[in-house]
Amino acid sequence: MNIVVCVKRVPETADADVTIDRSGKDIEKAGLAFDLNEWDSYAIEEAIALKEKYGGTVTVLTLGGEESNETLRKCLAMGADEALRLTDPAFAGSDAFATARALAEAIRPIPYDLVLTGVQAEDDGYGQVGGVLAQLLGIPHASLVCRLEVQDRKVRAHRELEGGLEEVVEIDLPALLTIQTGINQPRYVSIMGIRKVAKKEIKVLGTKELHLEAAEVGLSGSDLQVEQLFLPPVGEGAQILEGNVEEVSLKVLDILKDKGGLS
Amino acid sequence: MKEILVLAEHRGGELRDITWEMLSKGRQLAEALGAEVSVALLGKDVKALAEALRPRANRVLWVEDERLEHFNTETYEKVLASLLGERQPLLTLIGQTATGMDLAPGLAARLKMALATDCIGIEPDGERFAITRQVYGGKVNARVSFLKKGPYMVTVRPGAFPVVEKDSLAGEIEPLVTPLSDEALARRFIGFVEAAAGEVDISQADVLVSVGRGIKDPENIPMVKELADALGGALSCSRPVVDKKWLPKSCQVGTSGKTVKPKVYIAIGISGAFQHIAGMKGAGTVIAINKDPKAPIFNVAHYGIVGDLFKIVPVLKEKAKEWKKR
Repeated sequence: MNIVVCVKRVPETADADVTIDRSGKDIEKAGLAFDLNEWDSYAIEEAIALKEKYGGTVTVLTLGGEESNETLRKCLAMGADEALRLTDPAFAGSDAFATARALAEAIRPIPYDLVLTGVQAEDDGYGQVGGVLAQLLGIPHASLVCRLEVQDRKVRAHRELEGGLEEVVEIDLPALLTIQTGINQPRYVSIMGIRKVAKKEIKVLGTKELHLEAAEVGLSGSDLQVEQLFLPPVGEGAQILEGNVEEVSLKVLDILKDKGGLS
Repeated sequence: MKEILVLAEHRGGELRDITWEMLSKGRQLAEALGAEVSVALLGKDVKALAEALRPRANRVLWVEDERLEHFNTETYEKVLASLLGERQPLLTLIGQTATGMDLAPGLAARLKMALATDCIGIEPDGERFAITRQVYGGKVNARVSFLKKGPYMVTVRPGAFPVVEKDSLAGEIEPLVTPLSDEALARRFIGFVEAAAGEVDISQADVLVSVGRGIKDPENIPMVKELADALGGALSCSRPVVDKKWLPKSCQVGTSGKTVKPKVYIAIGISGAFQHIAGMKGAGTVIAINKDPKAPIFNVAHYGIVGDLFKIVPVLKEKAKEWKKR
């Protein structure tokens, strides 16, 4: 079972105070911590668990600058065998489609049974790379996978639908699956674990090695361009309860009594 | 005639809300652009749905085929690639749903059509469209433009556009010949699985105390459960808590979990991703406790407390117990 996993390094913004930078086209990233995209951490865990069960190799792949090495090393420490990083000045401005095009060329020469991506990335949230990649590679795919089993040359995958419903599909290998959060419990990697893989080679590939023209990737190979970022308009919003902890607690109780939450 | 095409989404014999939302937005765009709105309906035994769609579209493109009984990207992609390739609509709208997320990226790539996913705003901009979508988990909005010439495909976030009741368009039903054959599929539909029911049905509770990522550690959940108990309510949660296996799926409020309408909903340490909000916006009164004053949950909450849940929850719990004892 040879598995390729596509991952991305993203800023952690869930608990951060996010502001827009001077270009107006990106957020202020100084001071933000970066980590492996949450969806991808489930994808890499799934790949490693499959490898442990069926043998084979896990190759982890990303598109990004040198700073993405840290993300790849985390995946290596989790148990991936090989890491590839796609990097080239021509990749600048790549949208999801252009990113998928570069990833497809990197994956093509690798003998694989399964390609995994996260459902989407925490930053731009396109949720597009997996589906485009499957199309470019000419293999079947299933998205939003929340459970999977391998049987011979097939995978039985559960897709997460709305309202707690799951759809079960059977799909022939080789195939691509986009992995939903919660499918497993990604293993913890210690700093020691990452240190152990510090010397491991990370192969770097550019447009030349991928046999891509510069015009096929980056902004010129993209469908979309971000014009401007802005903070979402705030609605009427909540009435903020002020006071110390005791005071706000009493206010909450009054509201509960009034609104039928306490009787 | 220029055309805006909407892909009807249905499951279990019923059209899903997103279909009406897209048709409303599609009609508004069509009126602005001097275009017509068409709806593509793929399925087996869906004549009744075609009839139901007629008032909201100029044309119902109806593809009836037993191989389309259940959604499958492989069959849908074949049908739509042929349909869109032939008609070249100015804009195709598909839901950013479990269906659309599975289908649209590959379909657009196959047709070499520019795609913008998960959009909350679509406005005509000359020959193109100006798109608004959310990035960084909804903390920031992005205005996005297409770099290529059309036709375009956009996936639409559920709930982003209201359903507008308007005069009937009394569209024609146009039955189309299926391009599908009996060749073997690489992906096959097997069946549906319902989520396991929980001990407590959170959709029936009058009071829900709901906990999110901000709780940090599973050891802190009993504290919130005690608050729910003190209020005579039930404990629920947002997605990250279920992903981490701290609470069962049956407790999850949101798009992929349950839709709830309690009298009072207390959101504790929940930032308010749109998938969560979609599941609880029907609550009578929403009270949110979060340390981040910019958390989107405060946009939908009626009352907010900006502060440390670990300080507030224990005191609130004690006060509620005292009140109950009186």
